[in-house]
Amino acid sequence: MPYPTDFKYTKEHEWIKADGKNATVGITNYAQESLGDIVFVELPKTGSEIVAGKTFGSVESVKAVSDLYAPASGVVTEVNSELATAPEKINKDAHSAWLIKITLKNPAELNSLLSAQDYEKFVSEEAGK
Amino acid sequence: MPAVQATTPIIRKTALYNTHRQMGAKMVEFNGWEMPVEYPSVGGIIAEHNTVRTGVGIFDVSHMGDIRVAGSGALAAVQHISMNDASRLAIGQAQYSALLYPQGTFVDDVIVHRLGQDEYLLVINAGTREKDFSWVRDHTRDFDCEVENLSDDFTQIAIQGPKALELLQKLTDVDLSAVKFYWVTRGGVCGLKNILIARTGYTGEDGFEIYIPSDEDTSAMVWNQLLQAGREFGVIPCGLGARNTLRLEAKLALYGHEISDTINVWEASLDRFCKMEKQEFIGRDALEKAKSGGVRRTLVGLEMIERGIARDGYRVLDEAEAEIGYVTSGSYAPFLKKNIGLAYVPPRFAEVGTIIKIEIRTQAVKAQVVPTPFYKRPKKV
Repeated sequence: MPYPTDFKYTKEHEWIKADGKNATVGITNYAQESLGDIVFVELPKTGSEIVAGKTFGSVESVKAVSDLYAPASGVVTEVNSELATAPEKINKDAHSAWLIKITLKNPAELNSLLSAQDYEKFVSEEAGK
Repeated sequence: MPAVQATTPIIRKTALYNTHRQMGAKMVEFNGWEMPVEYPSVGGIIAEHNTVRTGVGIFDVSHMGDIRVAGSGALAAVQHISMNDASRLAIGQAQYSALLYPQGTFVDDVIVHRLGQDEYLLVINAGTREKDFSWVRDHTRDFDCEVENLSDDFTQIAIQGPKALELLQKLTDVDLSAVKFYWVTRGGVCGLKNILIARTGYTGEDGFEIYIPSDEDTSAMVWNQLLQAGREFGVIPCGLGARNTLRLEAKLALYGHEISDTINVWEASLDRFCKMEKQEFIGRDALEKAKSGGVRRTLVGLEMIERGIARDGYRVLDEAEAEIGYVTSGSYAPFLKKNIGLAYVPPRFAEVGTIIKIEIRTQAVKAQVVPTPFYKRPKKV
């Protein structure tokens, strides 16, 4: 699955897509593949604040629990409520099954994240380990 | 300064390792073995689990160990080291049992197969292979029997699910319908002679476990023939991930979780496999004493009420959020589609319907005690 070039990526395998101050956050295809069948997603409430690099929730597969790390700081404006009952949507298409939408505190934070090309290189090294 | 021997843990591989890799299995380290946890290309843990509940799946369980006890004193030796009553076994019959420490806690749980007049095969866990073999050898010295570690001699394949019999029947000359649950026989399988075929498993389903020579070619040949012959039944290979969720739904104990060297037989509620009326066995005296004192904690099944998944090691709290116990195994249950778990709690919390809480990373999440096993296979009509 290709990594969209208009997304930015973290080394903890989240993606973020920004449009001005508004951004959408999800986990990458590599993350869903490593986790396997996802059965539970814990997300913050609308209105809560998330901080770049800090955890904002978790995603669980049958086997594993994995923390979610905020790719950027901001305030949660929307939560993908579909995932509460259908978390497997992330396995089906991780790059369209978004987790939360946020208003960015400082859009410049995204400059320090990985491009699609850099992220792909990063995961191919991870996979080779 | 004492000499310290640097030990690098050696990760072992089964004879089917390359076969698993070719099938795209995701491999993990489990008890010193590199084993397939799931086969994403056939659907992953949930699909594997549900295929075993409704059709048939095959598992490589060659990491399990095997100890042969044979000789005129074999029965007396097995009786001495195990808690179930092996004298009740007919030739060709098997029983769930356990090796106990003198304090009534677990060395390991085992399946004891009676293969001949004076011949027994103990199938043991992967993580306790060496410990178990030493234990059995050291505690049977006074008996007229030989103890052999056959763990590396077999590739063990489990064929599990309601279609297991139909699948295996295509590849064997043994009339499998004549082999009852927890019985064992020998016969031809895939052209190999004298193969041990046991109607046992660790999934809560009907099924068989076969013991074939552990060379790579023979192992791969049998594995591939099972997949080929099972195509009409929708067979898929299954990994340890599904094996774990299947055994949890059926409330089958896992060493290091529900049973261990600090948990005794009464706490683990395995009373029905512990025959106090047989003469003597290691652990009996301590269990006799423990019985009159009652248990401090007992194993219960739980189901999450609020959102969250109980995981191994999570703390169990009472309604007022005081700590009362811990989770031994917890997971999403793929067939039941519920979040379930097993936990040790004081007996006063063991009644079905009791509300408890599970501490899931600083949050106390509501659950309740439910009857077990969570899943019981439908009886055949």
